[in-house]
Amino acid sequence: MKAFTAFLLATGCSVVSLAAQAADLPGAIGKGEGDLNVVAWEGYADDVWVKPFEQSTGCKVHRKYVGSSDEMVALTRMGGGKGFDVVSASGDAALRLIFGHNVQPVNMSLIPAYADLMPELKEPGFNTVKGVHYGVSYEWGPNVLMWNTKFLTQAPKSWAVIYDKTYAGMITVPDNPIQIADAALYLSHAKPELGIIDPYELTQAQMDAAVALLKEQHSLVRKYWALASDEIDLFKSGDAHVGAAWPYQANTLRAAGVPVQDSVPDEGATGWADSWMISAHAEHPNCAYLWINHVLTPKVQAQQALSFGETPANTKACAEMDAQQAGSCKQYHADASSDYFASIHFWKTPVKDCGNGKKECLDYGAWQRAWQQVKQ
Amino acid sequence: MGLRRYAGNLALLVPPFGWLTVFYLGSLFILLLSAFWQVDSMTGEIVHDWTLDNFRVLFSDVTYRIVAQRTIGIAVLVTLTDIVLAWPLAWVIARKVGPRLKLLLLVLVALPLWSSMLARIYAWRLILGHDGVLNWFLHEAGLPGQSIAFTNVALWLVFSYLWLPFMVMPLIAALERIPASLLDAAGDMGATPSQVLRTVILPLAVPGMAAGSIFTFAVTLGDYVTPMLVGGAGSDFVGNVVYSNVGVSGNVPFAAAFSLLLLVVVAGYMLVARRFGAFDGT
Repeated sequence: MKAFTAFLLATGCSVVSLAAQAADLPGAIGKGEGDLNVVAWEGYADDVWVKPFEQSTGCKVHRKYVGSSDEMVALTRMGGGKGFDVVSASGDAALRLIFGHNVQPVNMSLIPAYADLMPELKEPGFNTVKGVHYGVSYEWGPNVLMWNTKFLTQAPKSWAVIYDKTYAGMITVPDNPIQIADAALYLSHAKPELGIIDPYELTQAQMDAAVALLKEQHSLVRKYWALASDEIDLFKSGDAHVGAAWPYQANTLRAAGVPVQDSVPDEGATGWADSWMISAHAEHPNCAYLWINHVLTPKVQAQQALSFGETPANTKACAEMDAQQAGSCKQYHADASSDYFASIHFWKTPVKDCGNGKKECLDYGAWQRAWQQVKQ
Repeated sequence: MGLRRYAGNLALLVPPFGWLTVFYLGSLFILLLSAFWQVDSMTGEIVHDWTLDNFRVLFSDVTYRIVAQRTIGIAVLVTLTDIVLAWPLAWVIARKVGPRLKLLLLVLVALPLWSSMLARIYAWRLILGHDGVLNWFLHEAGLPGQSIAFTNVALWLVFSYLWLPFMVMPLIAALERIPASLLDAAGDMGATPSQVLRTVILPLAVPGMAAGSIFTFAVTLGDYVTPMLVGGAGSDFVGNVVYSNVGVSGNVPFAAAFSLLLLVVVAGYMLVARRFGAFDGT
């Protein structure tokens, strides 16, 4: 009898929770609505894969590019969040979008490629809350150190180079509060006595140390870059020779004949893990689902990985990468992704909760104010 | 009959006044209101609780004082630079050349305004950049290269260039209006040319300079595009802080509070400029 009651309760519960979900989730992908508004990182909606998508689905893609997670969050919230259908949010923006009710749950049974995602990215904390999926993992990678080999003939091994007076006036770093985490990561090695474990969980004392370092760096910085294209211009014109970058800038500059190299220094790197999310007020939900399925195919995953210089979430993309560019699967760690994945400190939204039961860490509002103080 | 004409005049006034009230004063009013609200940092929603927190941060944090000082300082510098640059040009155009040449020079002064401001700012990036036009010339001439791209010096140069026509035009208008008989009389009474300039021309040109300075000062004060494109690491203007609070952090209330400061500064400046006759006899 007891067992029967438990069984009854269990089925009852699952029926109830299913019903609750079914109310929100679409059961099938219908015909495309003809348009799709995309908010994405620069380089995330390239014609190479947008054009075939438009042809096969009839969904015309309208793009808005952003250069930082903050900008992404602000843009998706503008006008009550009605201006976009899908957004390629990094981990630090994703949670803010979920808690701000800007994105809707995704029905994973409509995403065939979900089965092929890396296990770490099936339900990561930044896009899945209490078992509800709010986004589909897309691609990920490290923030790299980039330098012009004409000026730095020896490959730098440490992030120390972007805090080094030798390079005064030649340095460029992102104009982004999350950049404080890069300083914190460097300090966790350079000044272990500060006790920084997670670069996104900083106490006031640790933040003060990071801000002090960044203020010293301020006088060495030529320009804080807001868009990837800004940094590309700076390296092209010879105004900057070393800086924090994405692999995308390095790839673009090399293609333009500028002699740059990029690497992950000994301290490791911060990085991003992006998810495609659907607006809570999406006007073209069918096109949104069609888009997510399109960009998760091994072919597009490989194209995206190669053009941006990052690692696909879909494990089936490896062979496709090698087919497009020999040896690229290994080069971008798509073959041994789990170990490499663990070595990157992925962007996340700083919150008061330090993760060790204490609530003395600084939240993102404090990070933004600290960044403004650094830049003053 | 009189009543009908009165009603007709009233009807003519309704559209412009309606526009001003709803769109101009209305949005200013909302700006004023939102400066006293706050934003929830996680959800990004505006919390409609009355608070003076935005102003407290604004006045207690030295960061914003530095940004405000930089903004006002560069705006003043640009205004003075443009006055100095505009004088000889305006004097020649107003009093020294014939009508045909005058027209040509006026067109040349206004010509840059026909192209996009953005394109002209980017052109300066190409001029000042490390591998840019200026350094190429310096190199060819055997001189050491400069490194003013992405500094406040670059900002000052570009602003002075951008707003120069707005100083030249009102100054020409003011100089043209000085009757030649006054200058002759001063000369007849034995004034030296420099005395004529100091005691006759300069005072009569003050309204022109005041009118021009409203453009150069107020427009520099509110700009954020130029600092973004040609400024360097320490070039943030009030406008950039406002922009990043609205477009990046989504903190409209704080942005509103900071932009109110600009409003106060410009209003104060207008009052001063009015005393110098900027709005007289145009």
